[in-house]
Amino acid sequence: MDPETLLQLAGSSLRLATPLLLACLAGLWSERAGIFDIGLEGKMLAAAFTAGAFAAVTGSAWLGLLGGIGASLLLGLLHGFASITLRGNQIISGVAINFLASGLTALVGQNWFHQGGLTPQLSGAARFEPITLPFAAALSQVPVLGPVYAGLVSDHNILLYLALAAVPLTWWALHRTRFGLRLRAVGENPAAVDTAGISVTRLRYGAALIAGLLCGIAGAYLSTAMAAGFTREMTAGKGFIALAALVFAKWRPWPALGACLLFGLLEAIGIRYQTITLLGWTVPVQLMQALPYILTVVILAGFVGRAVPPRAGGRPYVKER
Amino acid sequence: MTVGTDTRGAGKPDLAIELAGVSKSFGPVEANRDIHLAVRRGTIHGIVGENGAGKSTLMSILYGFYQADAGEIRVDGRPTPIPDSRAAIAAGIGMVHQHFMLVEPFSVLENVVLGAEDGRLLRPSLARARDALRRLERDYELEVDPDAIVGDLSVGAQQRVEILKALYREARILILDEPTGVLTPAEADHLFRVLAALRDEGKTIILITHKLREIMAITDAVSVMRRGEIVRTLPTAETSPAELAELMVGRRVLLRVDKAPARPGEVVIEARRLSLTDAGGARRLRDVSFEVRAGEILGIAGVAGNGQSELLEILAGIRPATSGAALLRGRPLDLSRATNGADRRARGIAHVPEDRHRRGLVMPFAAWENACLGYQDEARFAARFGLLDRDAIRAAARADIARFDIRPPSCDLKAANFSGGNQQKIVIAREMDREPDVLLVGQPTRGVDIGAIEFIHRQIVTLRDRGKAIILVSVELDEIQALSDRILVMFDGAVSGTRRAEETDERELGLLMAGIDPKAKGAA
Amino acid sequence: MRTSPPRWADLALIPAVNLLLALLVAGLVVILIGENPLRAVELLVTGSLGSSYGIGFTLYYATTFVFTGLSVAVAYHAGLFNIGSEGQAQLGCLGVTLVCLALDRTHWLLVLPAAILAGAAFGGAWAFLPGWLQAKRGSHVVITTIMFNFIASALIVYLLVNTLKVPGSMSPESRTFEAGAHLPFFHEMLAAIGIRVSRTPLNLSALIALLAAGLAWALIWRSRLGYEMRALGHSEPAAVYAGIDPARIIVIAMVISGALAGLMALNVIMGSQHRFVLDSVGGAGFVGIAVALMGRNHPAGILLAALLFGILYQGGSELAFEMPDISRDMIVVIQALVILFTGALENLTRAPIERLLARRGAG
Repeated sequence: MDPETLLQLAGSSLRLATPLLLACLAGLWSERAGIFDIGLEGKMLAAAFTAGAFAAVTGSAWLGLLGGIGASLLLGLLHGFASITLRGNQIISGVAINFLASGLTALVGQNWFHQGGLTPQLSGAARFEPITLPFAAALSQVPVLGPVYAGLVSDHNILLYLALAAVPLTWWALHRTRFGLRLRAVGENPAAVDTAGISVTRLRYGAALIAGLLCGIAGAYLSTAMAAGFTREMTAGKGFIALAALVFAKWRPWPALGACLLFGLLEAIGIRYQTITLLGWTVPVQLMQALPYILTVVILAGFVGRAVPPRAGGRPYVKER
Repeated sequence: MTVGTDTRGAGKPDLAIELAGVSKSFGPVEANRDIHLAVRRGTIHGIVGENGAGKSTLMSILYGFYQADAGEIRVDGRPTPIPDSRAAIAAGIGMVHQHFMLVEPFSVLENVVLGAEDGRLLRPSLARARDALRRLERDYELEVDPDAIVGDLSVGAQQRVEILKALYREARILILDEPTGVLTPAEADHLFRVLAALRDEGKTIILITHKLREIMAITDAVSVMRRGEIVRTLPTAETSPAELAELMVGRRVLLRVDKAPARPGEVVIEARRLSLTDAGGARRLRDVSFEVRAGEILGIAGVAGNGQSELLEILAGIRPATSGAALLRGRPLDLSRATNGADRRARGIAHVPEDRHRRGLVMPFAAWENACLGYQDEARFAARFGLLDRDAIRAAARADIARFDIRPPSCDLKAANFSGGNQQKIVIAREMDREPDVLLVGQPTRGVDIGAIEFIHRQIVTLRDRGKAIILVSVELDEIQALSDRILVMFDGAVSGTRRAEETDERELGLLMAGIDPKAKGAA
Repeated sequence: MRTSPPRWADLALIPAVNLLLALLVAGLVVILIGENPLRAVELLVTGSLGSSYGIGFTLYYATTFVFTGLSVAVAYHAGLFNIGSEGQAQLGCLGVTLVCLALDRTHWLLVLPAAILAGAAFGGAWAFLPGWLQAKRGSHVVITTIMFNFIASALIVYLLVNTLKVPGSMSPESRTFEAGAHLPFFHEMLAAIGIRVSRTPLNLSALIALLAAGLAWALIWRSRLGYEMRALGHSEPAAVYAGIDPARIIVIAMVISGALAGLMALNVIMGSQHRFVLDSVGGAGFVGIAVALMGRNHPAGILLAALLFGILYQGGSELAFEMPDISRDMIVVIQALVILFTGALENLTRAPIERLLARRGAG
């Protein structure tokens, strides 16, 4: 494999990993606070549609992003209302949100734009275009460093950089701030937080909103940065791969980056090579597609390092008598 | 009612805590009734009482977890409403809960800082906490590694973290709820040194316990609670374990159960050096041995949490033992798994569990469905094709209802909708139905009304007279005395003494329950 | 003494109110789209129940949902949330397809028992591992079944593209079975006794679905195994006390659940499509969640809920034809709203209704 191909593959992995990463971090915030979130897919889809629609109508990618975040936040609040306020089943709520997004995006899309559920093709300011970082041209002649800088580090859209920045930011907020400390505590032992005089409800709503925000960016990335418009079911299971990556990363931010890059790479390879031959055996492309899920099951089974979810995950907090 | 200090009128400045007329009910249950309590500043004040006497409820009111229905709380002489934990903390009250309120994957420092941070960023808080911990460690022997993960610490160390949490919040009044229940004796001694040092620094400590030895060893004053009331407050120096035991148990009308002298037959079930070490490494049972004969009731007395529950569960096949053996008619029982319940029943051991809500009944099941719980695989309830014979089960349920006068007499009512006494009758009727060789009974009359108590007692004695071996675990001493032929007292996981029922009294049993054998020489 | 609401409130009133709320919100969506919701309901009902054609399709869809709804319900009674019915149904399709391909030169009466066994076995096998992992390793069955759904679809795509595809064909689907592996259609059976109805995909497996509902009812409410499953589902400590091994029951419940999901293949593969195409399951496993929730996990309720979703699916197609602005996606929205209101937001109505009834009972 020549260096240029390698570079292209790396760049493609990075672009494919970005929505996974944002959604995965969204799940991380939610689940570290003790709320299971299998509605990542739905929130992302709703955001992708709203971002695509708003960008098409207003001509501004940024307004699109705002719309996408808004849609995702609404679903996040719904999930919070069901699982925090009403103490309902978090899994059922997530399933409902996924269907709601799937149905509404297609229905409203068709009704609004009459293009078979698609939003109009975006161009110019309605899309997040790649940004060329400073010195990319100047450095391009420097061996190794130059092409890597110009071809891999530079020339991505702003949302991708935002996603990468969200990793250290998440880590920092979780481990270096008061909010993060309390949030992690509420996912492990809400009673400890309650007896310390802190509101469990407010913390959990906070987490649900952050998850909504990140899923919103992830969705906007899909329709206004990676593609030029929304297509039906464009998340195509990415929310569930993000969930898998979250388990794979054992609910930690830096490993989440690693897991998403790995799953992005698998997808990139699958797209680029229809057939891969390994030791004389042709690896089916479907195996590549299923690999994230298979790896996650292996991790879940605890055969390779045990993945222990936050202890209070999935259970509504009820003060004990 | 005798109260050590007059609590009526204006608050007194030398009192850290005053409760005046505090009452609290949960539905029809009066957990606390007209409590008056005065705790002097700079003392260790013990509160003793049996399980369910209302100690924990009272302390939860003081910590803002529950709201009192009536009465006033004064802290340092000032009336102080405590609507939530935050208010309690602000008033200088800290609490070490029986079940620790710790975040196990967090470090000690993070646990200490949680909820008492200095600002939005953690670093300054953690640095300040580190200094504070170093100081507290030096002053009070509260040594823990601030960077250790709490889940990796021993139970004793985790408890020190709870105390540190309270002290870091500058608590002047520290409440400890059954602090030694989970500790080894060495850890408990360590805790007492810490508490003494805290008192000497001017802190006020309220110690809830049912262990009389601890009260005598460490407190300055002691209040005895019984059935939701404080029956007496005394200076510790002027009382004795015997007096406290008597006050705790109370001079209740002795339950009379007419029974003929036992005519024990051959040994039916025996335990040989049963031991249990739990996941946390604490020894729950230590070399417990005994035997029970046909036609005999062995009562196991002891304050709750001294190993009786574990012993019963091991014999019932729903908890594995660490070592030792149990024999039924000379043949060993499998003690290796927690799923031997069916095997025990097949061998003629029936079990009335201590906790009917969690174990003895499936609450959303109808009464008739509960009538075969545990016996669902028996031929008498089986129809063809793996189906249950509903008619047979209903017939059995109806027979139980008639025989035990269960009310309302409805097979179809959900178990949850029966009163406590009738729920218990459903369980006991079911377990006695098949004439087991051995009946294990835990807390047969907990939460049961007086009429049902007599009835249940009579049933147990009748079963004995039919030549069955019965092991009875109860925290109600008078129940043990009324029913048992022999009484085995447990303390700290071990047998502290065995007596013939007619040759002992509550005073002696109370001492044995506190781990003191009055017949042994040099007893403390 | 704690009182629960009367049985009729629990079984009928609360689900009905929740369903009504879901439909009200759906009506709002229709208004927002700019159509008349009452007219939409009319189209929906006439499209699904107004003709033998509509009824046939409605019952055809309902048949599938009975299987997947039962699948979710059986697991639920053992305290397990199986969101993997979709993947288990896909494997069931594979099993039925293999049997049909092998035996389609014989007679459907011979093929049917083998197909039932294969569909149940393949679906059950796909649920076995998540069940085993939950029982023995504590891996949360919700997450593992989601993963198994995706693994199943990758596997099925691979097999359809590489193994089952007709050589030379472009479309990833198996060959069409010979007539020996076709279940009789209802319109054929009725024609044989002289009743003429429209040609619809409704086939013999509708009766098998009824039978399955009856068996599931007997399993859950009448059998010892069902008793043990329900005991475990309500209280694990009580189950252990009763001598029930939780690990064993979890695995068995999941396998039965998977087997029921797999049996939907009888209707779709052997009953109507007569071949295995990529989208044979088409989300029916997920509809099963809504059906089970709405049917309160009782087979009788599931029959009703499946019928309702059959009406939605068939009537929705007609509706989309008449009102192009209301596409078939409206069905997914309604499905989401049903899951939301009868599942996640259940406490929204339950608490007020219980309070109301308690006050009336007391007064």
